Amino acid sequence: MNILVCLKQILDPELPSRDFRIDGSGRDADRSTAGLVMNIFCANALETALQFREKHGGKITVVTFGAPSAEEILRKALALRVDSAVLVRNELTQRLNPWGVARVLAATIRKLGDFDLVLTGRESGDWGDGQTGGLLAENLGRSCVSLVDELKTDASKNGKVQIRRQTDQGWEAIEASTPLVITVTNNEHNVPRIAKTRDVMQAFRQPLTTLSLADIGVETQSMADDLACTEIVGLSIPKKQTHCEFVTGDTLDERIGKFAQRIVTTVR
Amino acid sequence: MGVLGAGQRLAVDLASKHIGLIVGPASDALITEITNFADGIVVVDHPLLINYHSETTIAALTEVSKKMNPHAVLFGNETHCQELVPRLAHRLNGSAAGDVLNLKVKSETETVLVTRSVYGGKAQATIELRRSPAIIWVRARAQEPAVQQTQMAEITRWPLALEPNTQIKLINRQTATQESARLEDARVIVSGGRGLAGPDPFTQLQALAEVIGGQMAASRAACDAGWVPAEWQVGQTGKKVSPQLYLAIAISGASQHIMGIADAKTIAAINLDHDAPIFQHCQFGLVDDYRQVVGPLREKLIELLA
Repeated sequence: MNILVCLKQILDPELPSRDFRIDGSGRDADRSTAGLVMNIFCANALETALQFREKHGGKITVVTFGAPSAEEILRKALALRVDSAVLVRNELTQRLNPWGVARVLAATIRKLGDFDLVLTGRESGDWGDGQTGGLLAENLGRSCVSLVDELKTDASKNGKVQIRRQTDQGWEAIEASTPLVITVTNNEHNVPRIAKTRDVMQAFRQPLTTLSLADIGVETQSMADDLACTEIVGLSIPKKQTHCEFVTGDTLDERIGKFAQRIVTTVR
Repeated sequence: MGVLGAGQRLAVDLASKHIGLIVGPASDALITEITNFADGIVVVDHPLLINYHSETTIAALTEVSKKMNPHAVLFGNETHCQELVPRLAHRLNGSAAGDVLNLKVKSETETVLVTRSVYGGKAQATIELRRSPAIIWVRARAQEPAVQQTQMAEITRWPLALEPNTQIKLINRQTATQESARLEDARVIVSGGRGLAGPDPFTQLQALAEVIGGQMAASRAACDAGWVPAEWQVGQTGKKVSPQLYLAIAISGASQHIMGIADAKTIAAINLDHDAPIFQHCQFGLVDDYRQVVGPLREKLIELLA
């Protein structure tokens, strides 16, 4: 199968709160002081695709829409031996939203050709909108299965895929025919692998396709409409007023007694 | 009930009607439950809606929304609502937001302003949904419940033409955890982390949780290690919870975990490390070895709650 995995580069979520700053626009995080990483759910989606290819064969293409710095996550994917990587350059000055991103990804997919499976992460670790996968499915006019944590195919079932997705109460087993958009969530089976050092070195020499918005035929006006549908009117850092009261006492018994008392007061 | 509260208040602010929409089988119990909290109830049922299917549900919602022409459509935080929201918004050419803590109306434009937590809880954003209708899922427990109205809602049943989706087929549905209640709705949560060093201590934590009517949860480290089911995971990459009490045992408190508990009313922790970041978010804490604490603490709680 031909698989496309959409990736996003985000501000490292492990950045401690004390180092988090808001940028000059007052509408987004300051990216200058913190590291940028591949969004974790995108890494889970990539891992799911890699495992699928190991079992069933096929090709994996990764794509990202972003700043030149986003090349780094594509190189990371190349180090995990994906078949090709595409960077769609973000030439816009406006802040992106999931609607604009989904439009660009859909246009890229149309440009690149037929994919049986399009994978995205369930949400991103920065703005966490959780909309891109669903909007992408709508843009492409395809069905979508969300919160998937396992993906395989049975050769006897004419190209259908078997999917496990998480629900509030547990999980569902689904069988679907392609083409399909899938949003991936994490579980113990799709923890991202680490690339081999040799592959990391080689990844820097691999070809990487760079496309502009004009290359994929995205019109500025339709993009402007998408980006205007939501507006960030404010972004603030919540003030923490929590002061932890440590339970004290000379003996463990005494401390446990006081701690239990606090619990009872809270839950009653 | 949180979503009805949010809807009721938004309808007042928009000088609009608040309609409870039931897509799929509407039991009498469900109708009775919401009848005093909405101005009207619309039921759209169809044989294809008996078992939840994302594609047919979106098709049903799209058709009924086009007919009703709402200012906004609100959903709760069930996982299937989360997948419906952006897609419905796209089909209605509206705008969307998820995991919303607060809603209000910008009166000049009658657009909806939502507040949500971003960047792992490190910041809070206010976003204007400029294209109507606004399709939103709210963090249900963060919403004040609806107030009882004197008038009972009038019930309308609308017929619906739906095409079956043959592309995606549900094979089976499994309930993984013994608890029927959702973690997102839990009032008390007992959660364990990497410091437990294995699956066994969770049995002890479970026994403790039962005493205070708590549900079990875990950090990403514990879930990734396979000690407990993935559904237990709380944090940025897991569930976002808002209990009255969140008791974190042997959890260091990485920022991605804190994101999931930012809306807990009270956070308490038991950790051997006085400097563990979790304590920066706690109202009260105990610096001791959980192995010596959990058993006696359970006994003490039984005594106090008797």
